[in-house]
Amino acid sequence: MSDMATSGLDDAPSSVSDSAERIFRRDETSAVLRLSETEAAALAGNPDDPPTGDSADQRMILNMGPSHPSTHGVLRLILEMEGETVLRSKPVIGYLHTGMEKTAEDLTYLQGPTNVTRMDYAAPLFSELAFSMAVEQLLGIEVPPRATWIRMLMCELNRAASHLLFQATNGMDLGAVSMMIYGWREREEVLRFFEKVTGLRMNHNYIRPGGVAADLPDGWQEDIRRLLELIPPRLDEYDKLLTGQPIFRKRLQGVGVLTPAEALALSTTGPILRSTGYAWDLRRDQPYLAYDEVEFDVIVGTHGDAFDRYAIRLNEIRESLRIVEQIIDLMPDGDYRTQDKKVTPPPRARINESMEALIHHFKIFTEGFHVPEGETYVAVESPRGELGCYIVSDGGPKPYRMHIRGPSFVNLQTLPHLMEGGLIADGVAVVSSVDPIMGEVDR
Amino acid sequence: MSEGTVLYGVPVVESVGQVVLHPRVDQWLEIVSALKADGFCMAIDLTAVDYSAHPGRTNLPEDVDPERFEVVASFINHADGGRRVRLRVQVPEGDPSLPSLFNIFPGTEAMEREVWDLLGVAFEGHPDHTRILMPEDWIGHPLRRDFPMGRIPVQFKDSPAAQ
Repeated sequence: MSDMATSGLDDAPSSVSDSAERIFRRDETSAVLRLSETEAAALAGNPDDPPTGDSADQRMILNMGPSHPSTHGVLRLILEMEGETVLRSKPVIGYLHTGMEKTAEDLTYLQGPTNVTRMDYAAPLFSELAFSMAVEQLLGIEVPPRATWIRMLMCELNRAASHLLFQATNGMDLGAVSMMIYGWREREEVLRFFEKVTGLRMNHNYIRPGGVAADLPDGWQEDIRRLLELIPPRLDEYDKLLTGQPIFRKRLQGVGVLTPAEALALSTTGPILRSTGYAWDLRRDQPYLAYDEVEFDVIVGTHGDAFDRYAIRLNEIRESLRIVEQIIDLMPDGDYRTQDKKVTPPPRARINESMEALIHHFKIFTEGFHVPEGETYVAVESPRGELGCYIVSDGGPKPYRMHIRGPSFVNLQTLPHLMEGGLIADGVAVVSSVDPIMGEVDR
Repeated sequence: MSEGTVLYGVPVVESVGQVVLHPRVDQWLEIVSALKADGFCMAIDLTAVDYSAHPGRTNLPEDVDPERFEVVASFINHADGGRRVRLRVQVPEGDPSLPSLFNIFPGTEAMEREVWDLLGVAFEGHPDHTRILMPEDWIGHPLRRDFPMGRIPVQFKDSPAAQ
């Protein structure tokens, strides 16, 4: 299988032939099958009446998904095949589209995080973070240091949980079925901590404009230390089980290769961009929260193949845990949300005593707080790449327009280029290594 | 950066610390090419806003006439710690179209399809100008402000209408 996929490489290191030319093709030589669904259906023909004739007619349009175990939800691929080789392909999306950007226009800024948290359901805290940071920027408020550090702690744990989920599904897609159970088991330990802090395993609505919803529970340090003792040895087990495993390596190495120039041309971010050897991580390069006060390494690959993407995610779990370990000691005391009365509801006790507090409470939860007119784009580094939130405010209590730049949505464009010329079985490895979350792709 | 500043021959304003350029439709390709030549290596985001329900915008430079649609694109330069610029181009309601950026930044292909699908701004020269999120036979562009929000009517048990 790997012979097939490496044939396009000519054994040259990716840095030598670093041209993005193949991305710019727009005719039928392109890796992207630019057919509408109707055209594809017409070409797909009748299975009872297979095509006959010379080799030029041996091309076949094959439909994979939207319900397929390897498509991680409802991704549909239209593949143009010649034998078992994928020539062109097109990801067809929208099966999970629920109009969340439209919904956001009808929710107040305080309700907003409940909406965006459902986009990337494997890493919900990052969408909440991007949304909240954008709103705070328009409001011109600063969140207290403790809120910043709690956000960082939760996000890094979420990154670990998301990458653990990737380890599970990636293993299963490639036939290491027991990996599915292991990855899920470790992720569950992290989610248990989330449940303790936020009340929910997923879709937390925990990071809100102005801070976070609740302070960390007493004894959170012990819970974190337990996770820090539990997970790293398990990651070493993954190394034994997968990283050094010859069959696993053969399935991934040289499969789905992307060069840095191609990744940049396709607006790719996150582990896929870093797998090409291009070190770009917003946490280091455009630090937000307090990432400039903790130590961590940006993990990069060399070959830009599916194996590098696997290895990067595995090592990013280790880096996230390294950050989490530093946060235990660095966590400041203080408020977990801003005390700006216009944004944060007053404490329960004040409502019983003060008419103004009651009015504020009522106004915040019925009408919502008003955000000054303006527009802003805020980006954070989610486990899948740059997650951006663009908000336009008309001065009212609801966003005039809320747009989420979903890394999965943009990264999905790499699929046809990664699959081009490979076997259909490698296509499964490629989809898995791109790690799209369809909730965020379709929004 | 104060009001009235010009960069690449187009007006520039600052929006909460971010650099925002306001090109005209006919400057669109030219300015994106100039940005790319200047080291802005990635088109990070492309979206659009329908301003029909918010006509009195105050954050536009004086010599830019507000139109119904606005296409918003963000570009990033990875050199020197990463710089970002955002382009906001006014697209008139009568001719909602813009040249496609595919030949400069092929990564905008899916984003332009999304804008066409949800807001109905067309991109000339796009290699695959089809809907992306909505079904192929869908009528209308849901993110336009005049597209009604779908609702499930709630029928209260004791309401007069239920009796």
